[in-house]
Amino acid sequence: MSVADATRRADERALITPEGVDLRVRVAGPAERLSALMIDAALIIAIMIVGLLLCLGAGWVMGFKNAEFLLVIVMVGGFLLRNAWFIAFELTPYAATPGKRATGLRVAARNGGRLTAGAILARNGMRELELFLPLTMVFGGGGEGVDGWMYLFGVIWAGVFALFPLFNRDHLRVGDLVAGTWVVHAPKVTLLRDMVDDQPVLHADFAFTQVQLDAYGVKELHVLEGVLRKADRKVMAAVADRIRGKIGWTATEYEMDRSFLQAYYTAMRGRLETRMLLGRRKRDKFDRD
Amino acid sequence: MAELQLKSHRFRNEREASWRRLDALMTKVERQSVDSLTDEQLLEIPVLYRSAMSSLSVARSISLDQGAATYLENLCLRAYLFVYGVRSTPLERLARFFREDWPRAVQSIWRETLLAALLFAIGAVAAFVLTSQDPDWFYSFIPGGMSQGRDPATSTEALRATLYHDEGTSGLTGFAAFLFTHNAQVAIFAFALGFAFGLPTALLMIYNGFSLGALMALFVSRGLGLELAGWLMIHGVTEIFAVTLAGGAGFHIGRAIMAPGDRPRVEAAAEAGRTAALAMAGVVVMLMCAGLLEGFGRQLITLDAARFAIAGATALIWGLYFYLPRRRSA
Repeated sequence: MSVADATRRADERALITPEGVDLRVRVAGPAERLSALMIDAALIIAIMIVGLLLCLGAGWVMGFKNAEFLLVIVMVGGFLLRNAWFIAFELTPYAATPGKRATGLRVAARNGGRLTAGAILARNGMRELELFLPLTMVFGGGGEGVDGWMYLFGVIWAGVFALFPLFNRDHLRVGDLVAGTWVVHAPKVTLLRDMVDDQPVLHADFAFTQVQLDAYGVKELHVLEGVLRKADRKVMAAVADRIRGKIGWTATEYEMDRSFLQAYYTAMRGRLETRMLLGRRKRDKFDRD
Repeated sequence: MAELQLKSHRFRNEREASWRRLDALMTKVERQSVDSLTDEQLLEIPVLYRSAMSSLSVARSISLDQGAATYLENLCLRAYLFVYGVRSTPLERLARFFREDWPRAVQSIWRETLLAALLFAIGAVAAFVLTSQDPDWFYSFIPGGMSQGRDPATSTEALRATLYHDEGTSGLTGFAAFLFTHNAQVAIFAFALGFAFGLPTALLMIYNGFSLGALMALFVSRGLGLELAGWLMIHGVTEIFAVTLAGGAGFHIGRAIMAPGDRPRVEAAAEAGRTAALAMAGVVVMLMCAGLLEGFGRQLITLDAARFAIAGATALIWGLYFYLPRRRSA
């Protein structure tokens, strides 16, 4: 049964797992990627500063004699922070650095298959080209005359790699391209209760006709679900009035807005689901048979 | 009331417990690690994962309960990322890397490695010939700051001294660490540059050859060729091999992007990238060895014969390790 959803979000992509299920992932945008990177950079720099101060302190205590190993710690530590930070975190089952974790992003294989260690190494080896080269270029400063021109070309050339994620559909950076990975949204979502669960009144009071139930489609059903979930008295009153007007329902004196909406939601969902089971998914109220 | 008992509602009630079970396991893995799970729990995950996947498919075709659909999509994605994520423990992976992945990756890029070596050799020979004819070329090949008092203006005696100075052990650890971090950074850079169709990588290889050739020409002109070779090769075999491999890894990516064959370019690049990255990870290990050899070995061992012996041994070890035919294991 084809239920291709016409209302796909712009950043939604098909990710077909080996089981053949489309997970419809949302790819991370450049802004989110950048903020994740910023968080990581801030952490790395903070660790570097603290480490440097500790080493200096230790050196001072020892009077800077035989303190060569401190120099080694600083150099190797710096190298590891720059290169191994991303690799080590992305090799964990969570496949995300602290920055990505904080922004709800994770690394995944683009083809839906297994994420390999090789891919993680490749996507982070490229960081040298995309991040550190442009940074050195920009902070390295230019020169006069021909040197200045060379410098300008260098910056432009390096900029192409740095800004690569802005110019492709899935916001892949060069590392992602070379490794066959992408970065997707995978925040933890909690299971919301089924709105059919709360049934305050007996539904015998609400006997809708089929015509009344066919007034809306899936889109409106989901909006109604949201309204019920929020349970804002004013909004519910307004929505209930609109629906009553549209389907020609006359409210009894003691009818509460919430009960009416609840009943209509349940009945409409039943109707739409039955029709869906028979192969007809009514997208929205404009979707006529 | 029977008519209000929606199919989707019943479906959710029946499956919800297993979703929540998977959710709890995933949360545990994500917060802590795989080790926090018992064996039973680990075995449970694939079963729960498949059941959640089927729930998702069913929910999509029969249910309009948005809460459940969103939740299932997310839960399945999280479980998928775990089930098809990077697996095996760090130790296992490390063992596998040295036993299989690395040599295999290096073997598979032998053509590109050869190309990188060729470019390096061309650079070295060109610089050697030019500098031999006119020593002024030396300054073009090696920027002033890099020669550290080894240039045509230095006396032969002073040049000889740079090859055999014994500064004692102090400062060597720091020197080795500096050499390693610096060279590794350059090698990773050479690899990354491969993406730009390999052109910058080629330039980097030739440029590296220049320095070697110019230095060689200078020392040969003073009759110190053999001595310099010993001084260089004790670590140079490992280091130059590593840099050449890095260049080869870069070319491998560049080639896949330029000539992807009958696969889509992006796919070819991804596959090449993964192989090249494995070779690269090993290059960093090699450079660590080279840094130690250069920092300690070269400064402490001043006998030419011993230097050549170590150079020959490293060449033999690396060569056999990488290129000895090996059985394909499952």
